[in-house]
Amino acid sequence: MSAEAATETTYNAPSSVGQLGGRALVAGIIALVLCVVGAFVNPAGFWRAYLVGYVFWTGVSVGSLAIIMLHHLSGGGWGVVIRRPLEAAARTLPVMAILFLPIAFAIFTHRLYPWTLPEEQDVEIIKHKALYLNIPFFLARTVFYFAMWYMLSYFLSKWSLQQDATVDPRERRSLKDKLQNLSGPGILLFGLTVTFAAVDWVMSLEPEWFSTIYGLLIMVGWGLTALAFAIVTTVILSRDERLEHVYQPRHFHDHGKLLLAFVMLWAYFSFSQFLIIWSGNLPEEIPWYMRRLFGGWGYVAVAIVVLHFALPFVLLLSRERKRRARALVIVALLVLVMRVVDLFWTIAPSVLAMPRHGGAEAAGYGGGMADVVAYALNFITPIAIGGFWLWWYARELASRPLLPLGDEGLENALEQADGHH
Amino acid sequence: MRKPTRPAIYGVMAEFDNPTDVVAATRRAYEDGYRRIDAYSPYPIEALSEAVGPHKERLPLIVLIGGIIGLIGGYAMQYYVAVWNYPLNVGGKPLHSWPAFIPITFETTVLGAAMAAIFGMLALNGLPEPYHPVFNVPNFALASRDRFFLVIEARDPKFDRDATTGFLRSLGAQEVADVEH
Repeated sequence: MSAEAATETTYNAPSSVGQLGGRALVAGIIALVLCVVGAFVNPAGFWRAYLVGYVFWTGVSVGSLAIIMLHHLSGGGWGVVIRRPLEAAARTLPVMAILFLPIAFAIFTHRLYPWTLPEEQDVEIIKHKALYLNIPFFLARTVFYFAMWYMLSYFLSKWSLQQDATVDPRERRSLKDKLQNLSGPGILLFGLTVTFAAVDWVMSLEPEWFSTIYGLLIMVGWGLTALAFAIVTTVILSRDERLEHVYQPRHFHDHGKLLLAFVMLWAYFSFSQFLIIWSGNLPEEIPWYMRRLFGGWGYVAVAIVVLHFALPFVLLLSRERKRRARALVIVALLVLVMRVVDLFWTIAPSVLAMPRHGGAEAAGYGGGMADVVAYALNFITPIAIGGFWLWWYARELASRPLLPLGDEGLENALEQADGHH
Repeated sequence: MRKPTRPAIYGVMAEFDNPTDVVAATRRAYEDGYRRIDAYSPYPIEALSEAVGPHKERLPLIVLIGGIIGLIGGYAMQYYVAVWNYPLNVGGKPLHSWPAFIPITFETTVLGAAMAAIFGMLALNGLPEPYHPVFNVPNFALASRDRFFLVIEARDPKFDRDATTGFLRSLGAQEVADVEH
């Protein structure tokens, strides 16, 4: 590898990364078998559950892109030590592109989005939105999003690797300029593509409803997912004794502060959407919340407020908890689980919006055993998709040094805070 | 009139021209048993504040209490106005419409915490403090430019004017001076 030639120290991934990837693949295959069984028991419930897992893991990939670009624009040791895990996460985008094929199948066979149903085509509001919400345009947009995200991940990874192999400071500087010049417009592109992807993939489950903050909500959710995932990765890596000195308390402190900021931003956007729709109380807007706040969904909503916001918020106030890897990783794992729950709460109740088609019953929530299967599927699909995602991620992570050896901020990032050692 | 127990000088001050030396010297002084020590630098050095010795930080608790007061106060104010003092029917919503109270409650929480942080910091630092003996050393003016200082106070039980001065010299100080009251 060219990187080894550039510096004396190499930071190759420990062998445990490959083992974890292998185990994830096994778990993924087992979960996939369960998904297939579940899809036969409750075919209608399966597709929304698949979307939960799909949006979650796409969020890790695309959110990682955003954090890489934020770091190129703002600098700082916190980003230097997680750049390679983030780059590896962004390079899993081809996996997510392939895993979109089942969703495309569901669209062609009219199983997921109400606006694809033949009997919906006469509904006034669907007719008005048909110019945007039609199958060819929808698929073309998704291809475009992936093309843009892949382009960003390709160049951010490529130039980063070239930096490793470069010793000439002028050339390093010019690569850094390239990375920065891509990141500025890249952030803008990220904002636009994610907004449209959020509208297409999730909001169009209830085509009669709309919320203008929805794109930001998914965007910050994805950033939060990616950051929490990067924290989990670094904590696992820091257990390797060769890497112990790399991931220092001050880095975890910064990651913890960012995590707190993202948790608060997510709460801020979520509450803003709720407050505006609650205040307006309009018949075309309020049903979205009524479907998610009454009945059993109300308990899920309270759980999200407490475990997705209040608890992480209080835990992350403590300085010591942010600086201790083992304490921080627990908060990060909680956030990851709650991201799945939040997507579950967002996506699954959309079936209640389809009274014209037999409502919840026709959509797989008819009561009894089939219901249990449908709910369980929402948590099995993230494991199934995650297994394949993590397997690919582990390969990508192991394929390059774990630190950007050509980053001019590396020395600062690795310096021990107390001047010792 | 001087109190009889008061030492003849405030302490001794060592001057360093780089941060590494002052951190090392501060650590040595602490390891040597000195406890009433303080260090001065033109910019914050995390290692230096740790070297001075463990200190309990009380500010976070004060900020938390300020935030909680702001939270309760902000919510109570709105509740009082909307439910008791001036009840208005807004779009048929209940008088106690908590979602509408959240933004203001958030703002007053931040306000309370920020106020507690500023005034708590000033109070704990004993500021404003119009007079401090360290300024009696002429070179100390450089503490805001490019010099680093370590002071061992005469109140320290281990303090001995000659021995402490010699100790500081042995740590590679550029200059060691007495600090007059």
